[in-house]
Amino acid sequence: MWRDALLIAGKDLKVEFRTKVMVNQILPFAFVVLIIFAFALDTSPGTLQKFAPGLFWLAVLFSSILSVERAVAIEIDDSAGDGLTVYGVDPGGIFLGKVASVFVQLSLLEVVLTLGVVVLYGSKTGGWLLMIAATVFATLGLSAAGVTYSQLAGGSRAKHTLVPLLLVPVASPVLLAGTKAWQDAFSASSSLGDPWLRLLIVFAVVYLALGAIFFGSILEA
Amino acid sequence: MESNRYKWVRRVLGVVALLLVAATVVLGLWVTPPDVVQGQLVRLIYVHPPVAWVAYLAYGVTSIGSILYLWKRTRNIKWDLLAASSAEVGVIFTALTLITGSIWGKPAWGVWWTWDARLTTTALLFVLYLGYLALRRVPTDSHRRAVRSGIAGLVAFVDVPIVHQSVVWWRTLHQSATVLNATLSPKIHGEMAMTLLLGFISFTFVYAWMLMHRYQIATMEQRALDVELEQLIEERQYEPEAGSALAQ
Amino acid sequence: MQNLVSFENVIVVSGNFPILTGLSFEAGPGEIVLVKGRNGAGKTSFLRTVAGLSRITRGSAHVLGVDIVAKPGDARHRVGLLGHESFLYEDLTARENILFALRATRSDLSAAKSAMESVGLAGRLADLRVGKMSAGQRKKVALAALLARDPELWLLDEPHASLDSWTREALDDSLNSRVSRGSTVLLVSHETHHGSLVPTRVVEIGGGRVVADSGRVQAAHLEQEARSEQGSDHVA
Repeated sequence: MWRDALLIAGKDLKVEFRTKVMVNQILPFAFVVLIIFAFALDTSPGTLQKFAPGLFWLAVLFSSILSVERAVAIEIDDSAGDGLTVYGVDPGGIFLGKVASVFVQLSLLEVVLTLGVVVLYGSKTGGWLLMIAATVFATLGLSAAGVTYSQLAGGSRAKHTLVPLLLVPVASPVLLAGTKAWQDAFSASSSLGDPWLRLLIVFAVVYLALGAIFFGSILEA
Repeated sequence: MESNRYKWVRRVLGVVALLLVAATVVLGLWVTPPDVVQGQLVRLIYVHPPVAWVAYLAYGVTSIGSILYLWKRTRNIKWDLLAASSAEVGVIFTALTLITGSIWGKPAWGVWWTWDARLTTTALLFVLYLGYLALRRVPTDSHRRAVRSGIAGLVAFVDVPIVHQSVVWWRTLHQSATVLNATLSPKIHGEMAMTLLLGFISFTFVYAWMLMHRYQIATMEQRALDVELEQLIEERQYEPEAGSALAQ
Repeated sequence: MQNLVSFENVIVVSGNFPILTGLSFEAGPGEIVLVKGRNGAGKTSFLRTVAGLSRITRGSAHVLGVDIVAKPGDARHRVGLLGHESFLYEDLTARENILFALRATRSDLSAAKSAMESVGLAGRLADLRVGKMSAGQRKKVALAALLARDPELWLLDEPHASLDSWTREALDDSLNSRVSRGSTVLLVSHETHHGSLVPTRVVEIGGGRVVADSGRVQAAHLEQEARSEQGSDHVA
């Protein structure tokens, strides 16, 4: 399973490196989301600064929808996904590989977006340990739930409308916990014992496990 | 064909549900006294909590049905149909929970909506299972639909405690504990408690009756599909052009 | 002799339509089975089912000794399918695609080079992205991946279509040498002339099941039959 996961992750990242969908399309989209948040709220530094963590995670959530749909779409052209089935690649490996690839891409996006909220919103940073730990587990959970749902809706004509409807409510705890963990990180009381970090870890573990268990059934069906 | 006993059970269930609801209405509106704090408003307690309970019960049944289908040793399309039927009833009762909650909230709190942990969880639950039903509407064969929606149903159910916990923390960790609970939990005793219990029982009967009807329709649809499939198989086997050039 | 493929009354349903309606079929090692039938008869579905891509609703099916109803995954990596789709990633080069297929099936990577050469994928073409290739070139990439993997069971759906005559001959030669070592080929083709790849048996599919089976026959006899049918069977 791990060997297959590595193979799939490597292949997906190579495809991404060639096509640059994340860099050329999803990243600019996330960036424009940051800008329109300022339109929707208020440009006074206090407001944006206060809401920066929530807006950051909202932008990440929107981008993750595009990213997981892309991860599944790679296998649809020329029925490459059928190819993986014929080759006998372990479904759990496919799942973990896709999650790893999405995770790497979203992490890159998050680094750029963090710079974005610092520059555009004048957001404070700090509590780096908690901030990074929360981001890693939030992104893992988001990738795992996203790849699972994207595959569930995959292959159907309604997938572009179905994935957001399925994913956003399920991922809402990540948005909430990610935002709160960041707020805690920026405050004086930053520590790794933060309850929101625990919630993010639970979410990531639960959805990685569910995905690894059920991905095979989704592919077989 | 549907067995007579099943039909009989369903009719009796329907009549009992109707009588119980009628009794709840009489007790809730006329027999029980108004509350000291909330006045007539307290009568919503005979509807709102039972309706919410049925919503959760329905999703519990959906999850059990999903597990029984996904587990290969108990796999039977009936479990999937049961899960789907229960989810549909559950979505209706979730909507009723939100509506009755709002109706209660407006006079009690002065607003239609408040970011109470239970309310917020229920709203997310509503959308989660709307997604489940939307996934079921994607045209595909019965097995594939059963597996996909079964997984979605299960994943949604696992999400409920996580959503609930995060929302509870959200409303309590950074703010003073909610005052709303004080006004929402009036002192209950005597005939009020009896009526509330009756409310729970009568709405559970209504759920069972609705579920049986919906499940009946679902199995009939499935049976029609199965019959159609058998006919298609037979027709296709004897397609006129299926004759062989080699055999001549 | 053990059967490589053994189907008994297999029914496959896709989207509530029966694509296979009780298909029974057996093939042993070293056979080249030509699968014939009209459009929509179920030939492609049959190959996809053998490859483990379609769920079997009813009936029993064994491929390479594995019960694919119970354990659909266990035989797949030993089966090679070349269908209308070539299972290639457009954004990877020919070489990368072939190496990916080899790694995914845990095959010997060193076989890639000679397989690519044997279908004429050399030089710049080998490092061209598949998305920029013609249909014929893509097919060569898919074939090279298959040749390098060297599966025990070959499922070929119109393998000669859109290939130049040089590659056709190279493919036929490769297949013949593998069949002589015990591999089995199931070949779907509308073409009556198959070059040097001579079927040892002809099976006809109609309405989602086998309607005629020539049994194992002499090559010369089949050739003759194929030629005599050329005039009568235009629809096929």
